[in-house]
Amino acid sequence: MLHQFFGGVHPAGHKDLSAHKATVPLAKAPAQVVIPMSMHLGAPCKPVVAAGDTVKVGQRIGETAGLGAPIHASVSGKVVAVEERSYGGGGTMLSVVIENDFQDTPDPAIKHRDGVDALSGAEIIEIVKNAGITGMGGAGFPTHVKLSGAVGKVDTLIINGAECEPYITSDHRLMLERGEAVIGGARLLAKAVGLSEATIGIELNKPDAIEHLKSLAGGDIHVEGLKTRYPQGAEKQLIQMVTGRQVPPGKLPADVQCLVCNVATAAAVWDAVTEGKPLTHRGVTVTGGAVAEPVNLLAPIGTPVSHLIDMAGGFKTTPDRVLYGGPMMGNPIYDLDVPMMKSSNCILCLTAEEAATQDPAQTCIRCGKCVEVCPMKLTPLFMRMNVNKRRWAEVEALRVMDCIECGSCNYICPARLPLVQAFRTAKFAIRDEAAKAKARAEKEKEAAKA
Amino acid sequence: MNDYKDLKLTVASSPHVNSPVGTRALMLDVLIALVPALCVGVYVFGPRALALTVVSVIGCEVFEWLYRFLLKKPQTGGDLSAAVTGVLLAFVCPVSLPYWTILIGDFFAMFLVKQIFGGLGKNFLNPALAGRAFLMLSYAGLMSNWVKPGLNNWLGVTGSTADAITAATPLAAMHTGAMPTAELTDLFIGTVGGCIGEVSAVALLFGGVYLIVRGVISPRIPVTFLGTVALLTVIFSQGNPNVEWMLSQLLSGGLMLGAFFMATDYVTSPCTPKGEIIFGVGCGLLTVFIRYFGGFPEGVSYAILLMNICVPIIEKYTHPSRFGLSKADIKAAKAAAKAAKKGGETA
Repeated sequence: MLHQFFGGVHPAGHKDLSAHKATVPLAKAPAQVVIPMSMHLGAPCKPVVAAGDTVKVGQRIGETAGLGAPIHASVSGKVVAVEERSYGGGGTMLSVVIENDFQDTPDPAIKHRDGVDALSGAEIIEIVKNAGITGMGGAGFPTHVKLSGAVGKVDTLIINGAECEPYITSDHRLMLERGEAVIGGARLLAKAVGLSEATIGIELNKPDAIEHLKSLAGGDIHVEGLKTRYPQGAEKQLIQMVTGRQVPPGKLPADVQCLVCNVATAAAVWDAVTEGKPLTHRGVTVTGGAVAEPVNLLAPIGTPVSHLIDMAGGFKTTPDRVLYGGPMMGNPIYDLDVPMMKSSNCILCLTAEEAATQDPAQTCIRCGKCVEVCPMKLTPLFMRMNVNKRRWAEVEALRVMDCIECGSCNYICPARLPLVQAFRTAKFAIRDEAAKAKARAEKEKEAAKA
Repeated sequence: MNDYKDLKLTVASSPHVNSPVGTRALMLDVLIALVPALCVGVYVFGPRALALTVVSVIGCEVFEWLYRFLLKKPQTGGDLSAAVTGVLLAFVCPVSLPYWTILIGDFFAMFLVKQIFGGLGKNFLNPALAGRAFLMLSYAGLMSNWVKPGLNNWLGVTGSTADAITAATPLAAMHTGAMPTAELTDLFIGTVGGCIGEVSAVALLFGGVYLIVRGVISPRIPVTFLGTVALLTVIFSQGNPNVEWMLSQLLSGGLMLGAFFMATDYVTSPCTPKGEIIFGVGCGLLTVFIRYFGGFPEGVSYAILLMNICVPIIEKYTHPSRFGLSKADIKAAKAAAKAAKKGGETA
């Protein structure tokens, strides 16, 4: 029943560094956590605590202002500051800094919930909203918004356990250790949008996870093994793989009657609904050739990256770069004091030998491999040619806006050209020009009125 | 707050890893794939085949270095693309060709075909084939002096055209519409007259399959190229039985070398999968046309050169269809564009 997605590459997995290691809580809790008020797409939250307040684990500290998800304290203790701090999104963000009292006193509002089966879809979505759950696999889209938009529109719920990025094993471990939560969460998500079935897609390089979930799943949850190929876990590619449908340009999965949620999101939904726990902790893989002891950790959100690296035994060699996420789509970190966030599934520390090399003297040899591997059927080499000449209209006509920045073209390029960087530049320039044109048009309109 | 303040961390755009296969590795694979054909060439024509190939490689590398030195451009000799051109140019020349002649070909290929357009990736003609075409026009006699194969006729390293015992090539016979005198097995193994690297179909097939297995080239161009030639020659057979005629056509001349190593040249073949298929079919069509109706017995090199020129236009019309658009969507969009154009004209 499975379909195929276009293109794709096979980067070296390196998952054996941490795949066999159980997820463990931090041996030493961080003395301080820094919780940024934006860990999701949309508007940053408004802090509802001030310096000097004491907070408990799970207490709400950030209230949504527009599109977003509320934010909760991940440790108990005293708020020492509410100020701008550097964070993973680049630049700085208003953050709540909490001094840990190492008591982990839970918020009294967190209670085990009975009668979960009696909950309606709308009630589940309300719980998800209050628990501050966002997509835990990548962009961090608020889950309740995604669910509300999908109610009545979708016929397929896909739970994403592909974990196609090299090095990352946090979802793999989650599926092995908390299979019941993943399956239970999948059922709740299905119910929330009015479905009775869900499909969990897992890459075949995790046979133990597939076996485990199959043994737990009933007739309503289908566990599918997917041929290992990057970017299997990209939303559009996973939908194509499972249903054969292609999300049209500029449209959302709901437009092809699909909803995709990460396995970690499903487990978070399970915890929120059955235990009343908001999203305060998550599994994170700390790995790469530069760390001494690659590990899977269950860490409070807001833990400084430097503390996570300490928990992995520190660096054994000098890292060339440290990333949020995997090597294909991860974002570089330049200051190790930044906190881990709701969407941080991995802290990857690459050595210079592991990391990509760039040689500016090389030129495109027109091998066409980038065209062959592009899952969105783009022509990266022609796009880059036009980016170099700053011909934005041509780049747009070559559909640069369809690019999902998966990095497949960049990975395969024998000349090691910085293709993704070129397309990001082009997207920025095109959006910028469109905004300027809009502003100009409005100005003229007003001038005409006056 | 931590001990990591002094670290110098690289901040770069994703992805942060590269495929281990770079340009140099690809070119090295092409050179490796050409070794079997070179071995058969030396076996059939003697040590001069090796000497001529080595001279050509050195010539290409030196001319590339010289051009970039004169124009103060960064040196690119390490990518081995010039070496590939050198080997391929020698492979499409007869073994008796004087050394100075092949150096002229190297000069033409490197200076005027490749570097003057900007070097690797920018030339629109295959340098080796353009070099051969130039030599063919300038030194037709030297370029069609076919040494008889076999140990007894080996040319010494210092041997020249005058020393050669010559024989007609199988293609020359077929050009007149007669079946070649050489057995199919001779054509397959390569114990026939011809250019250094083109005689042995089996060695070239071996190299071609190596390139496909290693992922250096896709099978689209060679399969469509050879398939088109096979189809046309079996239908419009000039000999009897027609399958034997077809096999003689497939195994003789520069077809195998052209299909696996020349037409698949990255720079001068289309980058789009659909374009590669059109390109391969076009090469096959032109090869048969030239072999049947042209003045020369062999048409592979001119067929590929002509198709090289068509690459930009092939690419323009073979962009992959947009992700997420069904055939109906594309039709609707086209109709809308047409209507808009019409509206614009009338207005």
